[in-house]
Amino acid sequence: MATDWETVIGLEVHVQLATRSKIFSWSSTAFGAEPNSATDPVCLGMPGTLPVLNRSAVESAVRLGMAAGCTIRARCRFARKHYFYPDLPKGFQISQFDEPICEGGAIKFRLKGEPRAIRLTRIHMEEDAGKNLHAAAGVSFVDYNRAGVPLCEIVSEPDVRSAEEAAEYVRAVRTLVRYLGIGDGNMEEGSLRCDANVSLRPRGSEKYGTKTEIKNMNSFKNVRDAIEHEVKRQATLLDRGERIIQETRLWDASRGVTQAMRSKEQAHDYRYFPEPDLPPLVVTELEQVALRASLPELPEDRFARYTREGLSPQDAGVLVADRETAAYFDATVAAGAPAKRAANWLINELLARVDDPRKLGEADRPVPPTALAELVQLVEDGTLSGKLGKDVFAKMWAERRAAKEIVAAEGLAQAFDSGALEEACQRVVAAHPDEAGRFKTNPKLMGFFVGAVMKETGGKGNPKAVNEILRRLLG
Amino acid sequence: MDARGASLVSIVDGVRAGAVSAREVTEQFLDRVARLDRALGCYLKVDDVGARRRADAVDATRKAGRDPGPLAGAPIGIKDIFCMRGVETTCASKILRGFVPPYESTVTARLEAAGAVALGKLNMDEFAMGSSTENSSVKPTRNPWSTAHVPGGSSGGSAAAVAASLCAGATGTDTGGSIRQPAALCGVVGMKPTYGRVSRYGVIAFASSLDHPGPFGRTVEDAAALLEVMSGVDPLDATSIPAAVGAYRRAARAGREGPTPLAGVRLGVPTEYFQPGMDAEIEAAVRAALDELARAGAKIVPVSLPHTKYAIATYYLICTAEASSNLARYDGVRYGLRTAEARSLEELYTKTRGEGFGAEPKRRIMLGAYVLRAGYYEAYYGKALRARRKIADDFSAAFTACDAIVTPTSPVPAFKFGERIGDPLQMYLADILTVAPNLAGVPALSQPCGFTKSGLPIGLQIIGPALGEEICFRVGGAYESRTDWHTRLAPEVA
Repeated sequence: MATDWETVIGLEVHVQLATRSKIFSWSSTAFGAEPNSATDPVCLGMPGTLPVLNRSAVESAVRLGMAAGCTIRARCRFARKHYFYPDLPKGFQISQFDEPICEGGAIKFRLKGEPRAIRLTRIHMEEDAGKNLHAAAGVSFVDYNRAGVPLCEIVSEPDVRSAEEAAEYVRAVRTLVRYLGIGDGNMEEGSLRCDANVSLRPRGSEKYGTKTEIKNMNSFKNVRDAIEHEVKRQATLLDRGERIIQETRLWDASRGVTQAMRSKEQAHDYRYFPEPDLPPLVVTELEQVALRASLPELPEDRFARYTREGLSPQDAGVLVADRETAAYFDATVAAGAPAKRAANWLINELLARVDDPRKLGEADRPVPPTALAELVQLVEDGTLSGKLGKDVFAKMWAERRAAKEIVAAEGLAQAFDSGALEEACQRVVAAHPDEAGRFKTNPKLMGFFVGAVMKETGGKGNPKAVNEILRRLLG
Repeated sequence: MDARGASLVSIVDGVRAGAVSAREVTEQFLDRVARLDRALGCYLKVDDVGARRRADAVDATRKAGRDPGPLAGAPIGIKDIFCMRGVETTCASKILRGFVPPYESTVTARLEAAGAVALGKLNMDEFAMGSSTENSSVKPTRNPWSTAHVPGGSSGGSAAAVAASLCAGATGTDTGGSIRQPAALCGVVGMKPTYGRVSRYGVIAFASSLDHPGPFGRTVEDAAALLEVMSGVDPLDATSIPAAVGAYRRAARAGREGPTPLAGVRLGVPTEYFQPGMDAEIEAAVRAALDELARAGAKIVPVSLPHTKYAIATYYLICTAEASSNLARYDGVRYGLRTAEARSLEELYTKTRGEGFGAEPKRRIMLGAYVLRAGYYEAYYGKALRARRKIADDFSAAFTACDAIVTPTSPVPAFKFGERIGDPLQMYLADILTVAPNLAGVPALSQPCGFTKSGLPIGLQIIGPALGEEICFRVGGAYESRTDWHTRLAPEVA
């Protein structure tokens, strides 16, 4: 019988911090600038230049650590990590080695509804490298715009047990980064990058198997596909009695395979030592208190609150996935809409109309939360039927008009006041004496009467009111 | 005005008073450089156009009735390790040939803002690695007192240029003695300030935690005047110290006042700095200087710096480790030399670095890479950091018993070309009396205190506590005012 292999995954996620200037110098971190225009002598590693630490990058890292429940080091050092590559201007990267700014903590999320907490080893700060651009015919260019962009490297414990869980973990990191407003977490643009250490062991075994490191996964789908592929590859080898070679493998998304890097590219001795150009980084108690106070309500806290307030786990999960969606929801409720209704409208109508939920946070979104709350109220109080409400919403979205304005302009209000509705119901009951007689023994006929009243009123009757009146007339 | 032998302070006084224009001073010094430097080899590049422009700006400021600055018209030379915007800066290395920085070092920016006129870039040991300036990839610099002898190093061009009045003051850097030792060998004043007192921004790094930019002058007050301008916290250097800059010139002058200007000052003499192997003439000159300082009112007390014996080993572990790291950026990708032919990325690196670096940087890169290799950090670098702490603690303890420490600067006077270059260990020992203050980060001054029978200068080292530049200048000023070594002129060879 084939061995039952347990997958063991540890993840290293690099998050670019969206500070205005670089981690050790003054040029811009803006993405997409003309190659080598967002540079300065320091990030280019020119002779005699010196790094000066950007405090706002430190604040972002500390807030990320606090949000993940890490221990924050009151005093830590940077270190130089040496290797030669054209995109690395100084021949070393300023990183952290034995004294990371954050240690411990966990990333929390839900996988198929089950709460998960993947423990973190550490979060450390470092500078990004530039980018090599390989042109045709053996010509290469280097763009140093990215050199010196601040990064947080989030290193997890080997707690992840499946490719799907790995992808969800990375998604949860992105959500956290976006909630904190410290980065945009865009995998396609490389502002969030992920490497995975993958190994297998017989289920029940305590000992870890030999791992491989998978790089070059630049989407959630890549993360899942690459790890799935790697798990299968390792299982096949192990089933055949072969051994796994510890190596770095690159995911080739177009071919759907991982491939080993040349061993020469892997043989690094980074010769770490403390960065002598930077004094130790001190984060005072006072700064820590201020940064902790600046943390927003975090995704999993929000999820707990929403379910406590009566939302289904499914709805709560959708709402907390993006800070903008959750904020929109909270604002709609604050403007008077009942939570459950607000969630329905938000999920079924608004989210269906935006390609990126973050657009709900934009100032010029077509329907602001107060406008949605107004519409929900109109439906709640019977002014609009659910169906009409949806039509009105479509108009609100397309024309950026308020619900009440549309209702008034187009005469859509369920204009039948209780007197007129009463008369309509009486007319319908009078017109169908047979059915009225059979109602007592067959309550299902209520549907027939409601439909008839609706027909009579041109759809403007409030179904709830119609029900009540009919029940009284027929009862 | 006679440029030969003129002190920087006297020139500045003349320019500020309008007795002479900055342009006239500049022309005189440029003329001297043109006539005399061929024999000495102090300058790697004379920036005559820039110098005249700077001088004219000083004169225009003065004529407009504005303050032309505390260094108005001071003709200075800049060690070729300081980046100047638009001026080729090479560290005397082939690998940086043709490198023109688009930025300015904080030190040269401050000097220019104070009215100083930089005449050009001065020779040095490649990347400041050496004690004789023989490691310059361009040319040797000769000692003005005897052209058969080296000027010391690594700031040999700076020391020799000041000694020969090819500039009235100069900048240097001191990583293990690179200001003080050439100052001693050339008979001028050199000051290594407290670590962090002077910004390192724009100063090409050799060993970051040991590199100290500082001044050279003919007199103690000249060096003090330059340091006063060079010093101060810099937002571009995170290791610079945010303390107020001391009144260095006033301290230097205070040493000259009255019959016993050093009354109440305790000067420590460490037994560890007077060991067998020291040149007898040097020991005699330094002992005589101590007697003179005692007559000036100082109390001479014995002190101990027990970890001195570890200083050289500690120094070479740390400086090679940091050098191997700092020199990693010279890869032929962005600036400086790139090998003519490389078929792969690896060849680009190995050929560029193989062709671009001289023997000494290569030696130190290899030593440093060895020191930092995985698994050996604790055995070498980590241990060196602990020894460094002990050495710094020695100084702290000694300064509870004395106000300054007086020692020789170099155990030997200037040596001949080729005498030590084949023996790196012997060359490294030239730093034996100067490296400890770099490890401890404390300030130290070297000034002339005599000559050997064969006419070579001897240097006296005055070490102060951290941020104690003023006591160094005060003691130095007192000694200088009672002796005439600093007034002697090196022979002139056209």
